[in-house]
Amino acid sequence: MDGFVRVPVSEQDPQVRATNFEEVCLGYTMEEAMEEASRCLNCKNAQCVKGCPVSIQIPDFIAAVKDGDIEKAYQVISESSALPAVCGRVCPQESQCEGKCIRGIKGDAVSIGKLERFTADWAREHGIKPQVKAEKNGHKVAVIGSGPAGLTCAGDLAKLGYDVTIFEALHEAGGVLVYGIPEFRLPKEKVVAAEVENVKALGVKIETNVVIGKSITIDELMEEEGFEAVFIGSGAGLPRFMGIPGEQANGVFSANEFLTRNNLMKAFKNYDTPIARGKKVVVVGGGNVAMDAARTALRLGAEVHIVYRRGEAELPARVEEVHHAKEEGVIFDLLQNPTEILVDEKGWVKGVRIIKMELGEPDASGRRSPVEIEGSEYDMEADTVIMSLGTSPNPLISSTTKGLDVNRRGCIVAEDDGSTSKVAVYAGGDAVTGAATVILAMGAGKAAAAGIDEYFKNRD
Amino acid sequence: MYPITRKEKLADKIFLMDVKAPRVAEYCLPGQFIIAKIDETGERIPLTICDYDREAGTITIVFQTVGASTVKMAALEEGDAFQDFVGPLGQPSELCMEENLEETRKKKIVFIAGGVGTAPVYPQVKWLKEHDIDVTVIMGSRTKDLLFYVDEMRAVAGQLCVTTDDGSYGFHGMGTNQLQALVDEGQTFDWCVAIGPMIMMKFVCKLTKELGIPTIVSMNPIMVDGTGMCGACRLVVGDKVKFACVDGPEFDGHLVDFDQAMARQQQYKTEEGRAMLALQEGETHHGGCGNCGGDE
Repeated sequence: MDGFVRVPVSEQDPQVRATNFEEVCLGYTMEEAMEEASRCLNCKNAQCVKGCPVSIQIPDFIAAVKDGDIEKAYQVISESSALPAVCGRVCPQESQCEGKCIRGIKGDAVSIGKLERFTADWAREHGIKPQVKAEKNGHKVAVIGSGPAGLTCAGDLAKLGYDVTIFEALHEAGGVLVYGIPEFRLPKEKVVAAEVENVKALGVKIETNVVIGKSITIDELMEEEGFEAVFIGSGAGLPRFMGIPGEQANGVFSANEFLTRNNLMKAFKNYDTPIARGKKVVVVGGGNVAMDAARTALRLGAEVHIVYRRGEAELPARVEEVHHAKEEGVIFDLLQNPTEILVDEKGWVKGVRIIKMELGEPDASGRRSPVEIEGSEYDMEADTVIMSLGTSPNPLISSTTKGLDVNRRGCIVAEDDGSTSKVAVYAGGDAVTGAATVILAMGAGKAAAAGIDEYFKNRD
Repeated sequence: MYPITRKEKLADKIFLMDVKAPRVAEYCLPGQFIIAKIDETGERIPLTICDYDREAGTITIVFQTVGASTVKMAALEEGDAFQDFVGPLGQPSELCMEENLEETRKKKIVFIAGGVGTAPVYPQVKWLKEHDIDVTVIMGSRTKDLLFYVDEMRAVAGQLCVTTDDGSYGFHGMGTNQLQALVDEGQTFDWCVAIGPMIMMKFVCKLTKELGIPTIVSMNPIMVDGTGMCGACRLVVGDKVKFACVDGPEFDGHLVDFDQAMARQQQYKTEEGRAMLALQEGETHHGGCGNCGGDE
């Protein structure tokens, strides 16, 4: 059976990690990485590359790992991705590169994500930086948002010789990588800050504390500050709530607020920003953000229940995240939905009224839609409720930019090359698609960088 | 970094700072706010803009020390700097928009400022004065020692009434009593702007509802990012949930659910914190500031 099973990766013990914010996955050693790399069949018509939104030349980098030439492997990845240490950790590889791997037909797919992570971590630990070779072309481009879309777009444009400035609304660069995804999945200093530094090493400038649409508008950037093109990668936006009674009570938070307090504001390190360390926390929703919120609440000392209206098979979160959450002790209450937040006389959450559900006919998304089971309501005691129901677009930019079209849902309308209804303005990532994944945002940032380059070539 | 170019102590526990933040000063308008963060471990503290100098690139903020973070902020001196300072955030006051001037000129406006709320009222009154609109300003505090900006306000207000709860200066009573007195004298108003502690805004709105005067209030709920991302600042206005950071901070005061907004402000207040505050404030502590949660 040699070669059918992937080299396992070591992880922190679930009981231990449930009480700390250290990274869960410990990554491959050099020996493990080389052994896993040797499982790659080096297919001529590599399906994995087609599954990668940024088209990393996967067989080439894995071949270099197999030879122990990690620096070369890193340069291969860097040609396509500005954030390999991030992607190696948070990409849904099982539905992308690894999902297409021929090895996966009979046995385990090659562990491409873990190899990417190993390569990027090794390069960082050995001080290897991506190579810059482009000559400056003198064109100024503004990138709005320093999340995965913005960093990728900025990095690619800098490599093509553009003079790029990223404007970030928050006080720290990284977007969702900093405020959303927790430390135990994506270390901030070690990984995110280092990858941001790599993008800066390409010549990209980052100006924090600038809210485009408020501090300055896109039209002003173009008319007064000499930016010839703009990429909007401003992210998803306003958190959704359920609209049920009791939702404004003390102790009800959006997942965005809970995670921002913990991750960006570092409440878990006892910085000044407070966070609710509940005793019994109900997280509503079944996506990756819900898993992050649940596992964070768990680490802060709570008993945590995930309440999700569909079944296990329908959970939108990555299988690995669900698995990790269960291992750590998060309790899943599936096919259940809150109908009311129960509030005490002082305005604090004291419980959640929950109704049981069953799956009915498939809805527009193709998933079987949940239907309430009459008379099945019961009350669950809780002191904290975290709503993780997705987001709706933030109107800050669309409402202050002349001639920028949005769709019915308020998302910016953009073509595959990122171009919008406004000349020289491109967009990508969650601002266009609504909440999605890091790698899809990176793919959009990459496409927009190519689109912007094309725009200048046609114009000049 | 964002250097502090001027610092003044205006009254007991109330401080003024000018902060160099050219990007904020360039386009900000009265009614908007900023978020300041002192250092690496600091909170993001939302504060209403109290004045601005576009040429010097500075923003004036006024704050009262109410908790650990504002105490830490009050320890900063001229020459020190904030690590982060972002804005302008939120919507400008509708009164102070060029496009609404025609409408605004027709109104008889009264501002009611309570406590540190005097600071954000000032730039609005000043802006209106610059556009030849005289308004009535009622500004009040608990006691004489807590009053500030009296001369500055007098210079820009058409009519100024100063009140103290204890009668140590000006009209003896609260802003609501003064408004009632003016109305009883025969003065009429058809627009009111109230800025101050939530409890004060609540009672102003109760009165102006009876008097039939439309009233705008400036809400200062708990916030984190201030750009619409976290939803911490949500409040119920009419039957809708609004985010103070992107939809506000100014709202129709007759539609705001103040009781809920005040309850939400208590989210991170601990029993110990309240006890500490009561101790520090001594006799002046009456629990009605909307900040400490009161003495229950």
